[in-house]
Amino acid sequence: MPDWLATLLISLLKAVLVVLGLLTTFAYMTLVERRLLGRMQLRPGPNRVGPMGLLQPAADAIKSIFKEDLNVTLADKLVYTLAPIVAIGMALTAFGGLPAGPAGSLFGENPWVYNLDAGILALLALTSMGVYGIFLGGWASGSKYPILGGLRSSAQMISYELGMGLSILGLLMLVGTTSFHKTFNDDGTLRALGFVEWQATNGWLILFQALGFALFLISSFAETNRTPFDLPEAEQEIVAGYLTEYSAIKWALFQMAEYVNMITASAVMATLFFGGWKGPQFLNGLIPGISEWPLIWLILKIAFFLFLFIWVRATLPRLRYDQLMRFGWKLVLPLALANTVMTAAFLAFRGQGGLWLLGVLSFAGLLALLIMSDRVRTLWNQPTVRREGEVRLGGGD
Amino acid sequence: MGVLEIAKGMGVTLSKLFQKPVTVSYPEQRATLQPRFRGRHILTRHPGTGLEKCIGCSLCAAACPAYAIYVEAAENDPAAPVSPGERYAKVYEINMLRCIFCGMCEEACPTGAVVLGNEFEMADYRYRDFVYGKEDMLVGVTGSLPQRREAERKGKPVRLGFQLEGGVREELEGVKYQ
Repeated sequence: MPDWLATLLISLLKAVLVVLGLLTTFAYMTLVERRLLGRMQLRPGPNRVGPMGLLQPAADAIKSIFKEDLNVTLADKLVYTLAPIVAIGMALTAFGGLPAGPAGSLFGENPWVYNLDAGILALLALTSMGVYGIFLGGWASGSKYPILGGLRSSAQMISYELGMGLSILGLLMLVGTTSFHKTFNDDGTLRALGFVEWQATNGWLILFQALGFALFLISSFAETNRTPFDLPEAEQEIVAGYLTEYSAIKWALFQMAEYVNMITASAVMATLFFGGWKGPQFLNGLIPGISEWPLIWLILKIAFFLFLFIWVRATLPRLRYDQLMRFGWKLVLPLALANTVMTAAFLAFRGQGGLWLLGVLSFAGLLALLIMSDRVRTLWNQPTVRREGEVRLGGGD
Repeated sequence: MGVLEIAKGMGVTLSKLFQKPVTVSYPEQRATLQPRFRGRHILTRHPGTGLEKCIGCSLCAAACPAYAIYVEAAENDPAAPVSPGERYAKVYEINMLRCIFCGMCEEACPTGAVVLGNEFEMADYRYRDFVYGKEDMLVGVTGSLPQRREAERKGKPVRLGFQLEGGVREELEGVKYQ
């Protein structure tokens, strides 16, 4: 077998494994989410299908596959069918670039499907391609509500995409590369450590970029359409947004895309800010080598963030559309810019000082924001100031 | 809503996660009924003599806002009276599909003969099975029609889907719930 064929086959195999893993996680995510939401609302959650409701995902899958797949007369058939596939395809593709362990740790193979130098940028680009799925889905449905929902959803996702991209600029400056892996110069010398190796050497990036992380977390919630930014599925406002005309398996594909995006977002947060697949180094003192255990740490970190997603969903109400837009443009974006400027200035003027000062600055900034939150929110939460004697017409602001 | 309020809210949801759910898994566990719950009607008897309290006056039928009750009275045989009055209800039927369980019949009854009990599992398949006669409602009959049919089919005693809090109501004298 020629070399390239072997590489291709192995890559394909890994891709299939990742997809299977993601889809299984998605299926059981829905169950875990419903159980946890149930328990947080003092009810047991789904417990009828199989022991402890463990077969619920299978029942859901059977239901959505065999449900009648309605087709809308006015729909653009091709795009209408392709939209959910685009959404889920982009969601699944994005995950493949994330490293799940050191090179060669997966039975002698690298535990990632593809390795691009653009790394995190390519990943962000892929996840934002999901907007196409949503908007084309809304447009191709040939109906008014979906197109409004699609427009609104894409506006939201594009707005928060900016905050998301800007909030990790500080990281990129610190680490000095966009790649998840070590990069080398042409002469074979090390140019930059990847995100995970850098964090293993210098400490988790959350320590130096707390503000950036907070903004990234918020943007991730908005990007994955999770509460409190779940306007795309706003049943109460515009029927069900871009999903209105979808049923059966196409609808399930959109749901799948949302959940896979959530898993990807969790994995990205874990990799960028929480040391990726490496565990905390000090645990090595207790059990030697524990911080290097493959997969375990990444899975634990992803699980933690998924729990956070569910927990927030159980607590917070949905934002209004104008609040959401103001929040994205007037708070997240400027703060992300400020964080970038602060990091850049620090790196330019720090001299020989360590990075800890940046961490302190970042934490102080975040803390100040949290303490001042009641003052700050009026900046974005209030409509334009009404002046004395000004007459305002009805119909919102 | 400042960040502090959000944190408080998150704390509330997290603490609820570790509490026991309040849900009653109904078919397996029994529902707890409040004393004033209004379920299937019961036609009571005098505890001492065993005579039916109903004297066939039709006041319940008149009071019923859903016209669910049909009463046909007949003269009592003085030698072997069915009720202590001059007349008794020869036919006493309630259409459970029309009944709204409002309790007006109970209030209209001068002798306290018709009383709303605690049974509520009355789902059935055919329209005619929802018309309950005297034999379905007199004291001592446990369970609704479908419940009794089910019990007979399985050869087991009728399983009531509820338990009572605070015991049986006074007006249900002579009614025994296990």
